[in-house]
Amino acid sequence: MSSLIRTGPDRRPHTASRPSTPRIAAARTRLEIAMYFRERDSVIFSFLFPIIMLGIFAVAFSEQIGPDEGPIDFAQYFLPGMVASGIALVSFQTMALSLAIEREDGTLKRLRGTPMPPMAYFLGKIGMILVVGVAQIALLLAVAALAFGAELPTEPDRWLTFAWCYALGTAAGTVLGIAFSSVPRSAKSASAVVVGPLIILQFISGVFFVYTDLPSWLQNIASVFPLKWTAQGMRSVFLPDHFEDVEVSGSWQHGSTALVLAVWLILGLIVCVRTFRWRRRDDG
Amino acid sequence: MTEPTDTAIRVRGLRKSYAGVPAVDGLDLDVRTGEVFALLGPNGAGKTTTVEILEGYRHRDAGDVSVLGHDPQSAGAGWRKRIGIVLQSSGGHDEITVEELVGHFAGYYPGARDPDEVIAAVGLDEKRRTRARHLSGGQRRRLDVALGILGHPALLFLDEPTTGFDPEARREFWALITSLADGGTTIILTTHYLDEAEHLADRLGVITAGRIVALDTPDRLGGRDQDQAIVGWTEDGVPRTARTSEPTALVAELSARLGAEVPALTVTRPTLEDVYLRLIDGAATTASAHPSPSTARSTIQPADPQEPVPS
Ligand SMILES: Nc1ncnc2c1ncn2[C@@H]1O[C@H](COP(=O)(O)OP(=O)(O)OP(=O)(O)O)[C@@H](O)[C@H]1O
Ligand SMILES: [Mg+2]
Repeated sequence: MSSLIRTGPDRRPHTASRPSTPRIAAARTRLEIAMYFRERDSVIFSFLFPIIMLGIFAVAFSEQIGPDEGPIDFAQYFLPGMVASGIALVSFQTMALSLAIEREDGTLKRLRGTPMPPMAYFLGKIGMILVVGVAQIALLLAVAALAFGAELPTEPDRWLTFAWCYALGTAAGTVLGIAFSSVPRSAKSASAVVVGPLIILQFISGVFFVYTDLPSWLQNIASVFPLKWTAQGMRSVFLPDHFEDVEVSGSWQHGSTALVLAVWLILGLIVCVRTFRWRRRDDG
Repeated sequence: MTEPTDTAIRVRGLRKSYAGVPAVDGLDLDVRTGEVFALLGPNGAGKTTTVEILEGYRHRDAGDVSVLGHDPQSAGAGWRKRIGIVLQSSGGHDEITVEELVGHFAGYYPGARDPDEVIAAVGLDEKRRTRARHLSGGQRRRLDVALGILGHPALLFLDEPTTGFDPEARREFWALITSLADGGTTIILTTHYLDEAEHLADRLGVITAGRIVALDTPDRLGGRDQDQAIVGWTEDGVPRTARTSEPTALVAELSARLGAEVPALTVTRPTLEDVYLRLIDGAATTASAHPSPSTARSTIQPADPQEPVPS
């Protein structure tokens, strides 16, 4: 360690431009993406997970599924579920786990001691989730189409549905992840507290099982949560039209889907603003 | 709020309890602009609690606090630009390399120091491309220091900054702090190393049980400058010591009695550590301890080799 006299108070500042929220948010996005992909666990258990699951479904079940007038391959049938699962993993699980860990290990506390605008921190997380999420879905669709012969829709209105389902599902998952990050009492318990409920939710929301095969009381529980609705929205994108008739309500329910996801998004935002903490609960 | 230019930190009657037990119990403190102030005190004395209240992290129960003219509890980003913080323990950003992290944090401050210079200044040049996870404990601590000084703070908080430093790194750190102080940075640090406090601090505060029990320059703390000297010698094969305010007279008397060369003669003043331990002991027995040095002229007693001399 040596003298820093050369950088006296009147020395020209090193940074050419003054820090601004968009600039810091962009820098945080780059840092978050680096942190995400350098953590091998997160790459396997949130980024590659839906792709691995799709592969297992495609290899394990060679028969077809669906109504008599036109059954389809398992890989095609479970593709929308895997898209919905990917959204939940990258937005909700990544957010809840990373925040719980960053609160515990002092990352958040350190950041709070700098002039970094809090908004730039959240924008950085959102930027990371968008980049990682889009990359994941692109990879998932490419693998589904090229390796497992799934057919991707060509109609623009289906892709429009995909876009708003993806955006609303990711936004809701992200804010709910932030809100849920305060639930685990410690980083040690975080993965159990976050991953456990999400696995259960995936089983009852039509991600791993055919939703209509579930008992109606389980369907009712699942309908409260967002995952069921993103999965259903994605089925309307990736399944043939005649599958609409075998939905529980006999319809894709786009209106209800948008409404439920928007309500969760707003609820999540309110909880975030009221409960967000930069420090551990027990830290003075 | 008008900003007092000569006082960087002003604390009056600060109180903070945890579950009804006071951690900071009526603490008063003034730190002048440009000085290096060290807080000493045993584990659990309330140093970190005090410092983190000053940094704006913890909320006080009572008292007035002004840091750079603002109440840290409600101060904003403009105030945070002017302070630098090295927490007692911090972590995170494990997968990011030293140069990435320092470069990134530099983007938070309008007048940041050159990241390369800061990395060199804390001696991490050879670890630039190492991820934080793979740094040793002392290297991680250096990274904390780098991030603390990066924003060119007017006021720097250092909570036990040299924990885990090897002796050479500690000397280099002292040089770094001295250069920051020479550049006009106000520094408040806590430490358990009394040599560090003595070397760096313009003034010291000793805190026990949440109160300041002594506050002065290192050479005057606890009446150290008026303290009795300790004279040691060997007589009839027995080591002896004496505490006296007139060591020269005693040495002359010994010399007359035992011959020109008094065997194993030493004359010492109490070290900062002696004074510190006495202050801590005194505070433990009397509530408002500020023991004044005894004025007894000279006492001679046989030394007990098992026991340290001044107590
Ligand atoms: N978050 C907390 N919750 C409960 N008690 C706390 C908390 N932080 C500190 N204390 C208590 O307050 C007292 C002062 O703690 P503090 O951390 O300020 O001590 P310190 O002087 O920094 O000690 P050290 O030299 O060990 O760092 C201790 O008795 C400690 O147990
Ligand atoms: Mg402490």
